[in-house]
Amino acid sequence: MAEFNTTVKDQGDVSLVYLNGYLDAHTASVLESNFSELINQDKYKIVVNFKDLQYISSAGLGVFMAFIEKIRENKGDIKLASMNDKVFNIFDLLGFPLLYEIYKSEDEAVKKFSESFGEKT
Amino acid sequence: MEKRPEILKSKNKINGKELRVKSRTENLSKIREFIQEFASSASFRQDTIDNIMLAVDEACTNIIKHAYKSYPDGEIVIKIKYKENKIIITIIDYGTAFQPESIPEPNIQEYFRQHKVGGLGMYLMKTLMDDVKYVSVPGKYNQVLLSKNINSSR
Repeated sequence: MAEFNTTVKDQGDVSLVYLNGYLDAHTASVLESNFSELINQDKYKIVVNFKDLQYISSAGLGVFMAFIEKIRENKGDIKLASMNDKVFNIFDLLGFPLLYEIYKSEDEAVKKFSESFGEKT
Repeated sequence: MEKRPEILKSKNKINGKELRVKSRTENLSKIREFIQEFASSASFRQDTIDNIMLAVDEACTNIIKHAYKSYPDGEIVIKIKYKENKIIITIIDYGTAFQPESIPEPNIQEYFRQHKVGGLGMYLMKTLMDDVKYVSVPGKYNQVLLSKNINSSR
């Protein structure tokens, strides 16, 4: 059953990860592989687009927790964009907005990377 | 989740339903569909149904990972009924006994640092439902009881 899938693409030096479907304890490994692969390629600037994500459980949230430290140590970040209200509520219940930057649109999230890059150079 | 048309069946007493599945994460979607079907036939609001589905998913995920330690052929029995405005879900497994007291309330910042997510599911269950009760008879079965008044706000 194709209940969850992802698409990864590059936009400049930012990697965009699109989530589609239902992210639970069964499908979380798909997203884990995406993050592992990006890290292996030294791609640490990641925007995750939630527009087509219908569902997330704590197993899905755990994937973000598992990789964020390594990514931030390498001066990158996982920024989140375009969540529907239902998915945002779950992130919110667990206090994730304190730990992750969440943006209304993908563009906004991507721009934040170039802004912080600009400040440092 | 597809938007379903509001099903306005009679609000007469709805009999309980039961689902038996093996302890595999691939069955989580089947479990959620079972809850969705029952709750929509009782005309619950979709946001209430979503919350109940998530709580049941979390309970079953914990059973698969902890009670059965990912052994794929354990049995999980999910019973659901609707009584006096309350939806009551009983989930039974025959795996290792569970001591809910041994799971601390999560401190999100701390979890973040330690990459620990185990307690998040339980925290969600308690937040999304009105009541979460555990009963373990070691060597026999474990039971989680989830209940929610369907008129409650969340």
